[in-house]
Amino acid sequence: MAVFSIPDIRIAGIAASVPRQEYNNRGYELISEKERDTFIKIAGVEKRRVAVPGMATSDLCLAAAQKLLEELNWKTEDVELLIFVSQSRDYLIPATAGILQDKLGLPKSCMAFDISLGCSGYVYGLSVMGRMMANGAIKKGLFLVGDVSTQNTSFKDKSTFPLFGDAGSATAIEYVKGAAEMAFNLQTDGAGYKAIIIPDGGIRNFASRKSFEYEEISEGIVRNKFHIALDGLEVFNFSLREVAPNIKALLKYSDKDVEDIDYFVMHQANRLMNETIRKQLKISPGKYPYSMKEYGNTSSASIPLTIAAALSEEVSAKDLNMLFSGFGVGLSWGSVVLKTDKILCPEIIEL
Amino acid sequence: MVAIEEFIKGVQGEFEDMESGALKPGSTIQEHFNWDSINALIFIAHVNVEYDVVINADDLVNSNTVQDLYNIVSSKANAA
Repeated sequence: MAVFSIPDIRIAGIAASVPRQEYNNRGYELISEKERDTFIKIAGVEKRRVAVPGMATSDLCLAAAQKLLEELNWKTEDVELLIFVSQSRDYLIPATAGILQDKLGLPKSCMAFDISLGCSGYVYGLSVMGRMMANGAIKKGLFLVGDVSTQNTSFKDKSTFPLFGDAGSATAIEYVKGAAEMAFNLQTDGAGYKAIIIPDGGIRNFASRKSFEYEEISEGIVRNKFHIALDGLEVFNFSLREVAPNIKALLKYSDKDVEDIDYFVMHQANRLMNETIRKQLKISPGKYPYSMKEYGNTSSASIPLTIAAALSEEVSAKDLNMLFSGFGVGLSWGSVVLKTDKILCPEIIEL
Repeated sequence: MVAIEEFIKGVQGEFEDMESGALKPGSTIQEHFNWDSINALIFIAHVNVEYDVVINADDLVNSNTVQDLYNIVSSKANAA
């Protein structure tokens, strides 16, 4: 089992950024007003931020990282590690992390690379950052996570269009001898890779003229092969089956109970799914913050965005026992238990 | 597993639009549920939280009456 702890790593700051442009699902004319009401109530997404064409995930992450470096008074030359986690990179090649290293003015002595994960990416990436820094050779690292998903949703697909929002984030991580351990439980089931997929444009199915052809999958679901295809039932059943046991196993490993955790910050999949997981684990609503009503499902950015949207004062002022859990595309899922120590968390940036 | 009356009460609680008392063991599913994705998910989530069972889309599609649904859920609950 990929269950392990990492010592001596501290989250110094978390900043999130979103596009200024807002889309209100009450105006989504593909479906009836009654369907819109039901969607907003059950899926829990009323508004979403949508990147203008040409605005990339890296632009959002860059703004968040600049803000964080400035507020933490970190010198760029001290940052020796940059990891970019996203499924909406700037180009097929090269990796986006290098572009961000340059734009941020980080030194050439900084190592930088991408990780391609979505909903689980924040937790996975945090484990990689932690493992790379825990021996103390690298003292400061930037962890940039986010997605622009709306460029790849079809307006004529009611299962994805009203669900996704765009966001970026930056998390500053430092080596501090004696910092509380983070404990992880990371899992994968690649048999479910088709459950959330953009079929064309990679090496398996080259982009072609056919990729642009729209196809009616079922009533209210019309899309082409560059659009995100989401098998809602499959993902729902996967999440009901896997997330709670993953969290329970991690709590057991960490010798903690649900009551010991101050906040459970979950990937913002949709309200029905998240509430079902909350009830499975018997977590009280006050310990289970949401950002999806205002921002939608923001893929890999959902955990840092939820912290910035709902918990910024708490995490800045207090030491907290927290659990983060991400689950979805891959299929990939994972959770981390950590004790935070006054995380600097500036206001959400709008671009 | 609870009796079917209790099961029906729980299901009705999840679907606000449904008239109270409208659902009977012999009621046809088609009449009362539109198994669009959202309604199906609400039902799946409800029986998961209440009875700790995971049912799939085929279970829903292959059920004709409320009694059929109850039988599927209770057989899975008893097997667990």
